[in-house]
Amino acid sequence: MAQPLVKKDDDRDDEMDYSPFMGIEKGAVLQEARVFNDPQLDARRCSQVITKLLYLLNQGEAFTKVEATEVFFSVTKLFQSKDIGLRRMVYLIIKELSPSADEVIIVTSSLMKDMNSRTDMYRANAIRVLCRITDGTLLTQIERYLKQAIVDKNPVVASAALVSGIHLLQTNPEIVKRWSNEVQEAVQSRAALVQFHALALLHQIRQNDRLAVSKLVTSLTKGSVRSPLAQCLLIRYTSQVIRESGISQTGDRPFYDYLESCLRHKAEMVIFEAARAITELNGVTTRELTPAITVLQLFLSSSKPVLRFAAVRTLNKVAMTHPMAVTNCNIDMESLISDQNRSIATLAITTLLKTGNESSIDRLMKQITNFMSDIADEFKIVVVEAIRSLCLKFPLKYRSLMNFLSNILREEGGFEYKKAIVDSIVILIRDIPDAKEGGLLHLCEFIEDCEFTYLSTQILHFLGNEGPKTSDPSKYIRYIYNRVILENATVRASAVSTLAKFGALVDSLKPRIFVLLKRCLFDSDDEVRDRATLYLNTLGGDGAVVETDEEVKEFLFGSLDVPLTNLETSLKNYEPSEEPFDIYSVPKEVKSQPLAEKKAPGKKPTGLSAPSVAPTSTVDAYERLLSSIPEFASYGKLFKSSAPVELTEAETEYAVNVVKHIFDSHIVFQYNCTNTIPEQLLENVSVIVDASEAEEFSEVASKPLKSLPYDTPGQTFVAFERPEGVPAVGKFSNTLRFIVKEVDPSTGEAEDDGVEDEYQLEDLEVVSADYMLKVGVSNFRNAWESLGADCEKIDEYGLGPMEGLTEAVNAVISLLGMQPCEGTEVVPSNSRSHTCLLSGLYIGNVKVLVRLSFGVGGPKEVAMKLAVRSEDISVSDAIHEIVASG
Amino acid sequence: MAFPLHYGSCPVVKNILLLDSEGKRVAVKYYCDDWPTYSAKLAFEKSIFTKTQKTNARTEAEIAMFDSNIVVYKFVQDLHFFVTGGDDENELILATVLQGFYDAVTLLLRSNVEQREALENLDLILLCLDEIVDGGMILETDGSVIAGKVASHNMDDGSPISEQTISQALATAREHLTRSLLR
Repeated sequence: MAQPLVKKDDDRDDEMDYSPFMGIEKGAVLQEARVFNDPQLDARRCSQVITKLLYLLNQGEAFTKVEATEVFFSVTKLFQSKDIGLRRMVYLIIKELSPSADEVIIVTSSLMKDMNSRTDMYRANAIRVLCRITDGTLLTQIERYLKQAIVDKNPVVASAALVSGIHLLQTNPEIVKRWSNEVQEAVQSRAALVQFHALALLHQIRQNDRLAVSKLVTSLTKGSVRSPLAQCLLIRYTSQVIRESGISQTGDRPFYDYLESCLRHKAEMVIFEAARAITELNGVTTRELTPAITVLQLFLSSSKPVLRFAAVRTLNKVAMTHPMAVTNCNIDMESLISDQNRSIATLAITTLLKTGNESSIDRLMKQITNFMSDIADEFKIVVVEAIRSLCLKFPLKYRSLMNFLSNILREEGGFEYKKAIVDSIVILIRDIPDAKEGGLLHLCEFIEDCEFTYLSTQILHFLGNEGPKTSDPSKYIRYIYNRVILENATVRASAVSTLAKFGALVDSLKPRIFVLLKRCLFDSDDEVRDRATLYLNTLGGDGAVVETDEEVKEFLFGSLDVPLTNLETSLKNYEPSEEPFDIYSVPKEVKSQPLAEKKAPGKKPTGLSAPSVAPTSTVDAYERLLSSIPEFASYGKLFKSSAPVELTEAETEYAVNVVKHIFDSHIVFQYNCTNTIPEQLLENVSVIVDASEAEEFSEVASKPLKSLPYDTPGQTFVAFERPEGVPAVGKFSNTLRFIVKEVDPSTGEAEDDGVEDEYQLEDLEVVSADYMLKVGVSNFRNAWESLGADCEKIDEYGLGPMEGLTEAVNAVISLLGMQPCEGTEVVPSNSRSHTCLLSGLYIGNVKVLVRLSFGVGGPKEVAMKLAVRSEDISVSDAIHEIVASG
Repeated sequence: MAFPLHYGSCPVVKNILLLDSEGKRVAVKYYCDDWPTYSAKLAFEKSIFTKTQKTNARTEAEIAMFDSNIVVYKFVQDLHFFVTGGDDENELILATVLQGFYDAVTLLLRSNVEQREALENLDLILLCLDEIVDGGMILETDGSVIAGKVASHNMDDGSPISEQTISQALATAREHLTRSLLR
């Protein structure tokens, strides 16, 4: 029996490159496939041909539609053969050919016959093939068999049905969900893999039902799961349940004991899954972490690279949040630096960089320097990023770390790697003032020999912003001007801009910069020439009228105040004409903003959980936006802009929110409108405001929006005048008025005629809190003392029945719109009295401090003593009035 | 062909590759659309082959990361075995799949694990891939069971497949092999 084999071996040795598929050719194989049609089937020959076809497919040979169909039809004939080996190959090739729906019908009956065969192997495979190629309509026909197969006593058949169920759930969920009883039964199967597949399917059927998942986990964690894979699944589901349930009253985490017990499982896969799950728990405590870290530490010294890798990767993640918990493993980590597997070594290094302390840095850096030369770029990037965060953590060590970065910057490396280094140096320069001059010089040296245009321009831009502010700006000029001589047009243009920035900021350098810029006027590239001309003109280098310093700086250093995407759309829509492009016509609203607002609807009305002071950037943006509108320019300085208030429900035709801008004697409503109907173009959009319930206000201006295309936010404004200094309040009802034009969605063109229409918006209120700016003070007591008692007013109020002190405190804070200080907005549970400190800036820029003392009087009766100090007694009175009337 | 890979929190295999000593395909199977085109697949194979080529993955399975994928691999003679999974996959599960694949192939090729033998028995290798993973879901990880399923032409006679011993599986494998060669 063995002899022919040996002989065959000998034959092969003659030919070194022998392969059974040598010289194989698609056309020939397709010819060969005709044997499938023989009336007398040669099973072995057919198997060989199928193998050849599969080989071709595997090598990436593409079959045309006709070829595939032809092969498929002839393959279907092979169901006549009783040869089991051949049948296996038939199943395989049907799956590979992935026949189309109308072809599937041909094999359906054969496969259904096999599904009911006595041979388990036929049943299992027929199920897998049929489920793979079938569509929904056929599925209902075979559903009954599949349900039976799930609980089949043969594990292979059961697994085949379950796995097919998992696939089908993606396309036909409603059918698969009906099998849940059978699947549940299969979870109890004695066969390990069946249990795994059943658990996976059961969970997916129920994954949207939290309670059911929780029940499933509760019952299974008591211990009926045998298969390690199923155990891993259960650990994942358990973590999900833990994530959703949070920590119980007693401080214990539900199911933690189960996870911990899995750390003692006999299968490494389960131990690791559990350890990883523990490290990823929300707000994991050191006590919970310890057992997981211990098993991971054991893995670190395993002989198996996969185990070491898994462990060090997990510890690396833990080190980001709990560096102290990982320090125990430092000795094991250090020995991993010399690990054969460079991924493991890199992870070990970066973990050490995260857990290391100041004293160990120098030693670590020495080890890394040797290590850097023999790892790939992708690992180097990881190390560079780790070093950057280390340097930010220990700024005193910047010298050795910066040196390290500049050394590796000089060595060979690809773009991504160099970019990571440059980014790191830039960040270090920004955050560590001492590192600035050295870092800039490193960058200058780098651009002397930099092959990446992108990096050169980035560095030049950065140099222009930072270089002029150093002690000796002139030393950078040489590096920059070298770029003008040596580099490509993009870098040259960028260098010209940088030179201009030096000229604008450093007066002593101005004459020399002019000389250099004038030379650039003869550059071969028009962009470079244009820039040089422009800058010479703005800086006054050509003797023309010099613009003011402020304007020059604004022009050179100011940021673009419109979102780039909006500018791009506007520029695309701009048609070349006599009329120049007007940058003020570009919508300034960032598109994603309204969406971000919608995500936290609960937070908006109260304004309590809003961060201390609105980020200055948005205030700046509003200010710039408003000052660009001539009608509002005379209103003076913007005092406060409120957070956007939604005036429409989510997902309506038109989404509108409003921002209240408070000026000294005016108030401007900025309505941010979005048109969510693709088939409509809105024109002449304005908001009609009825101020009959706000008597002190009178409308003075309205700025309609010219056009509001689909999905491009735009703004319309309405301005009111009110008595100066009076915190007038009132209610405004709003109606959106516009002309609607139909848009053909295919062409995007709007019809000429439009119809006037209105859309009712929700009411808007101006409240006292709108006149108060949240401004915190660092030390309330000092501030309180320094304001003095001259303008103090104290009074007592009964707040009436309240649920508790917290509710009372929150109500008063939101009424006043002031900034709580020193965490006093939080009321300790069960306390009978509470003092809350608030600070703010009242309209007219008057500083106000408030001390609130709350006490619980009778049953749920809350009394409050209000002490106000400010720079102006009338303001103190006003605050009392707000509370009295609120 | 490939099913989309969104099976909740199930462990998922993205591909299984068997390459020769020059990085050429012996048999490969992709279960996800991360590499949609033939050239993308080849590029991936080429990159992992060159990056792992110099490592020593002969005694123990090795592991590496490639663009947020985890690849576990093992080399035997002129054959290179790879299993790829997502970057948050449990590494040990992937290693188990790799071991199962490798064990099954060893049994099916009667310990003669080399490229020529593998090509000679390509049908067995392809069936083997088919039995390990189905559309990304792990079907079976025990090498002897996989080999048994591939080799046995009739599972009904004899004990259930999961209780088959390695020697039995080997015997059936050998029987199948000789039969297919002699015929």
